[in-house]
This record gives sequence, structure tokens and C-alpha cells, in this order.
Amino acid sequence: MSGPSDYQPSNPALQWLERRLPILGLMHSSFVVYPTPRNLNYWWTFGAILSFMLGMQILTGVILAMHYTPHADLAFKSVELIVRDVNYGWLLRNMHACGASMFFFAVYVHMLRGLYYGSYKEPREVLWILGVIIYLLMMATGFMGYVLPWGQMSFWGATVITNLFSAIPYFGESIVTLLWGGYSVGNPTLNRFFSLHYLLPFLIAGVVVLHVWALHVAGQNNPDGVEPKTEKDTVPFTPHATIKDGFGVACFLLLYAWFIFYMPNYLGDADNYIPANPGVTPPHIVPEWYYLPFYAILRSIPNKLAGVIGMFSAIIILCFLPWLDAAKTRSSKYRPLAKQFFWIFVVVCILLGYLGAQPPEGIYVIAGRVLTVCYFAYFLIVLPLLARIERPRPVPNSISEAILAKGGKAVASVAVMLVAAGALFLGSMQDARASEGSDKPPGNKWSFSGPFGKYDRGALQRGLKVYKEVCASCHGLSYIAFRNLAEAGGPGYSVAQAAAFASEYKVKDGPNDAGDMFERPGRPADYFPSPFPNEQAARAANGGAAPPDLSLITKARSYGRGFPWFIFDFFTQYQEQGPDYVSAVLQGFDDHVPEGVTIPEGSYYNKYFPGHAIKMPKPLSDGQVTYDDGSPTTVAQYAKDVTTFLMWTAEPHMEARKRLGFQVFVFLILFAGLMYFTKKKVWADSH
Amino acid sequence: MNPDASTIAAGAPIEVDLSPVAEGQDIKVFWRGKPIYISHRTKKQIDEARAVNVASLPDPETDEARVKSGHEQWLVVIGICTHLGCIPIAHEGNYDGFFCPCHGSQYDSSGRIRQGPAPANLPVPPYQFVSDTKIQIG
Repeated sequence: MSGPSDYQPSNPALQWLERRLPILGLMHSSFVVYPTPRNLNYWWTFGAILSFMLGMQILTGVILAMHYTPHADLAFKSVELIVRDVNYGWLLRNMHACGASMFFFAVYVHMLRGLYYGSYKEPREVLWILGVIIYLLMMATGFMGYVLPWGQMSFWGATVITNLFSAIPYFGESIVTLLWGGYSVGNPTLNRFFSLHYLLPFLIAGVVVLHVWALHVAGQNNPDGVEPKTEKDTVPFTPHATIKDGFGVACFLLLYAWFIFYMPNYLGDADNYIPANPGVTPPHIVPEWYYLPFYAILRSIPNKLAGVIGMFSAIIILCFLPWLDAAKTRSSKYRPLAKQFFWIFVVVCILLGYLGAQPPEGIYVIAGRVLTVCYFAYFLIVLPLLARIERPRPVPNSISEAILAKGGKAVASVAVMLVAAGALFLGSMQDARASEGSDKPPGNKWSFSGPFGKYDRGALQRGLKVYKEVCASCHGLSYIAFRNLAEAGGPGYSVAQAAAFASEYKVKDGPNDAGDMFERPGRPADYFPSPFPNEQAARAANGGAAPPDLSLITKARSYGRGFPWFIFDFFTQYQEQGPDYVSAVLQGFDDHVPEGVTIPEGSYYNKYFPGHAIKMPKPLSDGQVTYDDGSPTTVAQYAKDVTTFLMWTAEPHMEARKRLGFQVFVFLILFAGLMYFTKKKVWADSH
Repeated sequence: MNPDASTIAAGAPIEVDLSPVAEGQDIKVFWRGKPIYISHRTKKQIDEARAVNVASLPDPETDEARVKSGHEQWLVVIGICTHLGCIPIAHEGNYDGFFCPCHGSQYDSSGRIRQGPAPANLPVPPYQFVSDTKIQIG
């Protein structure tokens, strides 16, 4: 992409092709001999990381789409079936879901790098604007992708975000109807979002080609912000940049794999494991973490239309950056004031993200307004003003001169700050649920926690017995088939035992030749029958509160960990909020109601249930279920066993996930090490 | 990309029988995928809704304009918060009306916004009384 190439393939067949379509020459000039500034630091590897992530998302997404059903009644179940039954479906789903977060994390680093080193300045304005377009497309794609699992947060996120457009005067309502394809968010909405979610990534790929083209015309910026002048200032793209990017990608993969294999639900919301219900609103509707700063801006402006305009202009303003910042010096390395304001701006963005996850009340609203003003002031006041008043330090004459004068302390401190900031930001979502105010469930020691956790087979078998004899009279387990009981990583029954277990159940089948439904003994392929035919029947039989299906309950329930715990959780791989909560609720019943709590007729006091009034009567009492293996028949033991069992029903492939995770980590660490030493060797003469 | 024919057909008017709804109770029916609250208001709720100084409201509207005359005890509103579309909970909040759990908007017993970020009152859907105990929504 940088002018005609003099590349001549040696193979006659390739020469024949090259005369008719000079694609090899294009590749050669763009990615092999292309001169890249020799002073680039590791922040420049994020371009390669982003290309890699885009490819990864498209690849996993195409395979997921082969198994996904875009229908309001079937979407949630089809996602669960992908995770449970498709070969390595859990891996594909985790890669795609965590991949979205990683993609956004990388794009934020990439954008901030551009901001710090002035990569948007003449002659790279178009390159920068193309980047902003890619970012907008990414946001639309990410939002629509989050709707597809059709959980509670998907549905209500879609409702809140599509309602933003109703703020537009005159056309607002019609635009919203067009987005919905109906009178509210429903099946037509899901269908069109699926279609667009499949389309937009290819548009992104197209704009990425333009972005790279523009990059190769203007040439890369570099940390010193001076254009390469002589051949001494540059190195050829291959092998220098390719190997350096390869090492960057390998390091990034370590972080990505940490999420995929050990913390797949850390960035998600427990409510999204509850199927979408248009009649029930979740108490906190929180977007994915990467939208939080803009959500905070939306909410801090009291007028609805102004809020929507504010939110969109927060992104659009980036397009005007090349003209807002008129300073001649590109890199903030040589701009003492701009450098400080840049870091203040980063902190403002992170704090806005934190506020986006908080309930909009009291001090949070005021803080949100102040920070919104700061955000816009950076672009509209600080940058134009600095261009006039700041006295930049002298820039070096050439890149080679800058390398000779190099001091490398800044990078380390920047990295530390960014990691700390990132951890704070990523976890702010978890904090959203901290304000519920109910007592926090006590932590437990689970056999399945940690990087090498495994299910306790005995506990799974006892938990199944407790479920069958106690819970099953009201709660369904509809995603679990009897065959699952004999699968690896489960309770460890043989196929024959699972079949015998299944045959104890009566399953409705039909119609037969006479057109009648009939009952027959269960088979291994059948699913656990639910105690009620539908939700209304369950609701009517239980005083207005339908007992939830338990298949996913340990992933669909959570409680706020609060600051700073959610940061530690990332490193300690703590993700047992759900099991801790379920076990605490089972043991939290108390006949003695504390003062100040009123329990309505037909409800029971439970210490750990939000609001303390639960419709379920105390389900477990000592000695209720007999154990054959001599385990104590106490409520505490029952709670522990049945929670372990329900953790398995929520995540039957957890053991495979953690086992594969360990293998992947060993490989990645070795691979990254090899890449590092290869990189050192390649660059040995260039520093 | 506008709604297709079957979606439009499914959005045809519906009739709701009000006779089982006792005073002080309310029911939620779905019309066009939207929850519609039908409240059988008590005398106290009606009086509260009418005692307010209309000019002091964020979205001034009299209670008389929001119900059908002769059927003052019946309040019919679309149960979608005018802020960002959540579903408010009936019989909660400080105004004997609705409370939205998402961002804390509170509506009174006439479905008018009284407190919180929502910009407008809960909308009244098009409806009329077919008989004394039956309404047609749509």
C-alpha cells in the first residue's frame, strides 16, 4: 500500500499470477519491506492485537451462529445448549464473550496511545477519523451481541438503549418502532439484531482495511513524534515489527486466557443467566463495562434529550480532535503540561466508568456532573488552550538521535498505572450490586474453587438425592438430562445407573397413532421433568411467587462484593458468589424475626434473601434426607451438598475448562518466552 | 423494517373485564407487548390525586384528564417508566402510586411523575368503556 513494489516472485506460477494481479507485491510492500520507525514501544503492538481480536471474534462468532437460534422463545436455551452439548461449545462461548471485553480493552489502550502521542495530527487526520468510525461500529456490534443470549440484562439493556432514540424530537418514536419491528422489544428485534450483529463485523473489517491503508500512506507515528528522515530511522516491518507484535499478542493472550478459563463470568452480569422476562425489571440495569463512562454521561444530564446528545457527542468529539488540538509538537513526551492533563483525563474516564455502574442518587449524581464537565473541558478548553500557552521541550532532530538519548523509566510507570486503572475499571460492574444492603453471605470452602478445583463426587451424589427428595417438588431442573449424570466431570454414575435413575421418572410423550399423549418411563436422553406445566401454574400453586428453575441458579444469583474486593477477586479467581449465596439462603431461615423487619402474611424471614421476606418456607431440617455414606444429616451438610450439585448443573464442564486452562497457560508462557528471545535476537542490531 | 402484518394484527384492541378487580387492587395486562396497569382506586387515592396543585407538577395534567368521567375509580396507564423504559411497581413509593426500581422515579395515584429522573407522566393508552365493567384497550 505504499507505492508500486519491485517485488518479483521466483516461482514461475507466482510470477504468472503477479503479472495479472499484483497481490503478492502488495503484501510484500505492506507487511514485509514496509519501513516502520525503529523507536516504537510496546503500546504500538495493540494494532496487531486488535486485528487478531477481530479475526478471533469473527471466527468464533461464525461457529457459534451455526448452533444459535435467533428466536425469543429459543435463544436463551440454544445458548445453554451450545455451552452444554456442542463440542467445546463452552470454550467457543467464553472466547467470544470475553473476547468482546478484551477487544474493547485493547481498543481503549490503542486510542489512549494515539491521544498521548498525538497520532491524530497532520497528516493522520483521516486515519484517526476512520479509527473513530471503527470504534462506533464496534459499540453497535457489541451492544447487539449482548442482546442475543436473551437473558434479563440482554432484554432490558436493549429496552433502555433503544429507548434513547425516543428522545429525538418528531422522528424519535418512529425510529424506535423501526428498531423494534413491533410495539416493544420482542422477537422481531432479536431477529434484526442477530442479522446486524453478523453483518457489522465485516463492515468493521472493511474499515480496518481503509485504516491500515491510510496508515501506510501517512506512515506510522512514533513515541517521539518526529517523522523518519533517513533509512537509519526505520527498520523493515518483517521481521522486526512482526516478531514484536507476535510477542505482544502472546502476552495479551495470557490475559485473555485468564478470563476464558478461570473468570468467564467476572465481566458478565448474573442477571443474564435468567431468561428474558418482559414483565419483570431487574433492580439495576447496567450496561457492559465498556459503555459505562458514556452511560454515566447520559445519566448525569437531567434532561433526557440533552443526555442523549451529550452521550453521543462524547464520542463524536473525537473526530474533531485533530483540529481542537493545534499544538505543533505531537508527542506528549515533549509537552510537560499536556502530559499531566492526559493522565487527569484518563482518571476522569475511569471514574466516569465507576459512576456508570452506581445507582444514580445523591453524591454520585453530583460527581457525575462534575466529571462530565471535566470530560468535555479536556477537549474543548484544555487542548485548544494548551496549544497557545504551553512551551514544549525541544524535540530531537531525528529518531536515531532520540534513541541515543533514550531513558526507559516512563514506560514502566505508565504500565503500572494502566494495570491498576484497568483493574479498577473492569471490576466497577461488580460493585453495582453492592448497594443492596442485605447481609453478605459468609464465604465457604468449595471443592470446585480455584484453578485446580474439582467437584466432590460424593457431594454431587448426595446433592442429587437432596434435590430429588426435597427441592424437586417445587423447582425444575429443565436443562439437565439424565444422560448428564453419567458424563465426565459429573456425579460419576455409570451409563446403566443413569438409565436406571431415568426409568424411575414418568415422562410425557406422544402423540401416539391414536393422537393421544401418553406417559412412559424416562430414558437417558430425557430431561428432568418440571413439577409444574408452566410458570402460571407454578405461580398459582405457590402463593404468587414462582419457584425458579434451578439449572442455572448458582450462576444467576450473586451479591455485591464491593470495593476493593472485586479487584482481589480477579487475582484470587474468586467466583463463588452464587454458591455462597444459595447455601446461605438455604441456611438463613430464622423463626425469630429481628426488630424493624416486617414479614407479610405467607412469607418467611430469611437473613440473606434481599428484602428478607421469602415465599419459600424453610426447606431443609436435620435428618430429613438419609445418607448412605455416613455423612452427617444436618442442614449445613445438606446445603453444602445440594449447592455443589447445583453448581455442577449450572456448569457441567467446569473441570474440563480448568484442566484445559492449565494446559493453555503452560503453552502460552513457553510460547511468549520463545517469542521474547526471538524478538531480542532480531532486534539485537537495531537498538 | 416496520412491524409486519402479523405483528400489527396481534396488536389489535383487546377487551378487559373489570368485574373481578376489587377496590384497592390492580391488574396488569399485556397489550402490544407493553404492560398496562388497571387500578381500581380507593376514595383516598382519588382524593389524593385531585388535591394536588397541578401547576406544581413536573408534567402538569389534572387527574380528571387522565381518567374517563363517570369511571373515576379506574386508572388505566401504560406501565413503562418514561425515563428509560423499566416497569414501575404498583402500590409502592411515597405517593400511593408507582415506583420505578431502576432509577427511582415515583408516580402518584394518577400515574403522574412526582419525583425522580423521568420527564413525563405514565402515558394513558387509548381505551373506552364498552360497559360499566368492561373496557376496550386500543
